Amino acid sequence: MALKTETFMINVGPQHPSTHGVFRMRLTLNGEVIQDVEPVFGYLHRGIEKLAEGLNYTQDIVFTDRLDYLASMTNNQAYVLSVEKLGGIQVPERAEYLRIIMAELMRISSHLMAVGFLLNDLGAFLTPLLYMYREREKILDLFDMVCGQRLTYNYMRIGGVSQDIPEEFLPALKKFIDSLPGFINEYDQLLAENEILLVRTKNVGILSRESAINYSTAGPVLRGSGVKWDIRKADPYSVYDRFKFEVPTGTKGDVYDRYRVRIEEMHQSTNIIEQAVAQLPQGEIMAKVPRVFRPPKGEVYGHIESPKGEFGFYLVSDGSTNPYRLHIRPPSLINLTALRELMIGVKIADAMGIFGSIDICVGEIDR
Amino acid sequence: MMSFFGRSVFPANFQATILSPDWPSGFWSHLVIFVVILFVFFIFMAVAFIYFERRVISRFQIRIGPNRTGPFGLLQPIADVIKILIKEDIIPFNVDKIIHLLAPAVAVVPAIMVFAVIPFQNGASLVDLNVGLLYIVAISSVSVVGMVMAGWGSNNKYGLVSAMRVIAQVVSYEIPLALAIIGVVLYAGTLSMNAIVQAQSIPYILLQPMGFLIYFLASMAEINRTPFDLLEAESEIVAGYNIEYSGFKFALFYLTEYTEALAVTTIITTLYLGGWKGPFLPPVIWFLIKVFAVFVLIIWVRATLPRLRIDQVMGFAWKFLLPLAFINLLVTGIQIAVWPDISQWVMVGVNIIVAAVSILLFSRFFRLNGDKVEG
Repeated sequence: MALKTETFMINVGPQHPSTHGVFRMRLTLNGEVIQDVEPVFGYLHRGIEKLAEGLNYTQDIVFTDRLDYLASMTNNQAYVLSVEKLGGIQVPERAEYLRIIMAELMRISSHLMAVGFLLNDLGAFLTPLLYMYREREKILDLFDMVCGQRLTYNYMRIGGVSQDIPEEFLPALKKFIDSLPGFINEYDQLLAENEILLVRTKNVGILSRESAINYSTAGPVLRGSGVKWDIRKADPYSVYDRFKFEVPTGTKGDVYDRYRVRIEEMHQSTNIIEQAVAQLPQGEIMAKVPRVFRPPKGEVYGHIESPKGEFGFYLVSDGSTNPYRLHIRPPSLINLTALRELMIGVKIADAMGIFGSIDICVGEIDR
Repeated sequence: MMSFFGRSVFPANFQATILSPDWPSGFWSHLVIFVVILFVFFIFMAVAFIYFERRVISRFQIRIGPNRTGPFGLLQPIADVIKILIKEDIIPFNVDKIIHLLAPAVAVVPAIMVFAVIPFQNGASLVDLNVGLLYIVAISSVSVVGMVMAGWGSNNKYGLVSAMRVIAQVVSYEIPLALAIIGVVLYAGTLSMNAIVQAQSIPYILLQPMGFLIYFLASMAEINRTPFDLLEAESEIVAGYNIEYSGFKFALFYLTEYTEALAVTTIITTLYLGGWKGPFLPPVIWFLIKVFAVFVLIIWVRATLPRLRIDQVMGFAWKFLLPLAFINLLVTGIQIAVWPDISQWVMVGVNIIVAAVSILLFSRFFRLNGDKVEG
C-alpha cells in the first residue's frame, strides 16, 4: 500500500546556527531530501551603496570594512584601488607591498574561518573551529599592531596606507609565517584523513566546470570546479606580477575540492608574504593626494581577488568630492547563485556542508 | 531451568535475589535506602558528568571551560540548574498538549530505571534481577518513545524531522547492540548483572573485543552522541526533538541525555570492564573510576569527529555493525560449544585475532558512501 506523503516547507534562518549570520533559506523537504530551496536575504541591509554617495571618497573607506567583515583589508584594498584607478594616482612601492602583506594575511584569516565553519556545519563540535580561531587570533594581533583595530581596520587610504608598520611587526610576522605551514599541514592531516570527513565532503555538492562559469562564480568556488582563474594572475593589480605563486584548482568541484583549494591557497599566501617581506622597499607610504580629492569625471570598475572571490567596485564620478554612484560586486552574493543547483536533491545534512563550502558573509550580500 | 551448552542461564534461586548481608535485611528498608541512594547517585553523577564534560571538552578545544562559579567552576552546574528551572515554561501554540507534556517524563523515567540493576559493588544493587541484562535492553529503548512524542507533539518541523530520525536510527541500533551483549551472556552464562561481574576473571573487553566495539558504537548511537548525534544536530535541525521545550521540561530532557550517558557508561563498565572489581581500592571507587574512564572516551569522540549523514548512519548499522555482530556471536558460540573448558587466555588471543581480521576485511568492503539507503 502506498502511503500518502506530503512535502513540507521549513525555514532555515534567519536565526539558525549554520546560516553564518542572518541568511535565510526556505527549504521544501521531502522527508530528508531537499526538493526546492529559495534563498531570502536582506536582513542586514544597511544601504551602504546609497550612504556612500553622501560622503566623500575618503570617508567611504569605513563602509568597506563593514561589507565582508571577515576580510576587511581586502575590501579596503578593492575600494582604494578603484578610486586610484579613477583618479590616476600612483601609489608608492612600500605602500603596495604593505597592502599585499595585509591582504594575504587577511586571505589566510578568512580561509581559516571558512574551513573552521565548514567543519562546524558538518557537525564537528566546535573543536576544529576553535583551533582555527587560535591561528586567526595571531593574525588579528598583527593587524592590531599595525592599525590598532582587530576587525574593521580602515587601514588603506587613497594613495597609500594610513600608517607605516611598527618595528616589532616584521619579527612577529616572520614568527607567525614560519609556524603557519606546520599548523596547516598538521590539521589538514587530522581532518583530510578522517574517514567521516571524507565521506561527508567527497562527491557532495558537485558544481561542474560549465555551471561554475555560467553562474559567474569566483574564488575558491570557481577554482574548486577546476577553472584556473585568479585575478591576481589574470589581471594583475598592485604588484602581484612580481611574486611567484601557484593557483590551486580542484578537479571535481565537490565540497572537498573547495576545502582543498582553501588549504592550498593558505600555503600560497604564506609564500607571497615571505616574498613580499623579502622585497619590502623603504620609502614613502602615501602618495601626494590633495586633501579635497576630486577625481575627474568618468567611471571605473576595479576588482581584486578577495578571499571569497572577485570583489569589485564600480564607481561613477561627476567630478565632485563624493562618488555619484558606487556599486559593489560582492563575491558571496554571486557565488550564492549556484546554491539552488547544488542543493536540490541532497539531504539536509549535506545542504549545510555545501552551504558552508561556498563560504558566504552576509555583510557583503546585504550591503 | 534453561541452559546453554551446559551452563545455566538463570541462577538456581529463580526469584530476584535481594541483597548482600551488609544491608538491612528487610525488603522495605532495603528498597527505601536504595532508592534514595540511587537518586542521589544519578543526580549527582549527571551533574558531575555535565561539569566534567564541559571541563574536559574545553581542554580538547584549547579553552579553559567554566571556572568562575565556585572553586574550579564546581558550582557552575548548580547555577545552570537554577537558571533552567526559573525560566519561563512555554507551551507553544497548537501543540498536542498531552503528548507534549508527557514526553519529558516518558523520556527520563526509563533512563533512570536502568540503574535499578547496576551493581555498584558486590551484590549492591536495588534488585539483582536474574534477567537484569534483558531488563536493561528492554527498558532503555523506552526513552525513544519520549523523544518521538516530543518531536511529534511539539508542532515544529525541526522536531518532526528529528522524530523521524529517532525512529530510524535508535531502533536500528538496538539490534547490533543486543547481539553484541549476547556474546557476554554466553561467556558469563547468566543474565544477572552482578553474576556477570563475578564471572569476569578477566575483563570481557579482552574476551569480547569486537563485541565491546560494537556495543560501544551502537550505544553511542542510542544516546545520540557524536558522530551519531543526528537527533539534535545543531547545524542542521537546531536542537531536534526538544526544540520547543523550555524550563523544567527542557531540564528533564537535558537530564535524560546525561542519565543515558551515565547508564551506558555503567553498563559498559559492568559488562566489559569488570564492574566493581579491582585491586587495592574499594569496589565503589573502582566502579566510578571505570565509569569516568569510559565517559572520557565518549567525550573524546565528541570533541573530535564530525557528524554522519542519516543514510550513512543507517548503512553503518545494517551493513557494518550487524554482520560483525553476527560473526562475533558465531565465533563466541562455537568457542562455548566446542571448547567450553579451554583456557580463557587462549580465547582472548583467538578473539582479538578474529576481531582484527573481520574488522579489517569488512572495512575494505564497506564504504560509508556505498549504495544509498533511503533515510
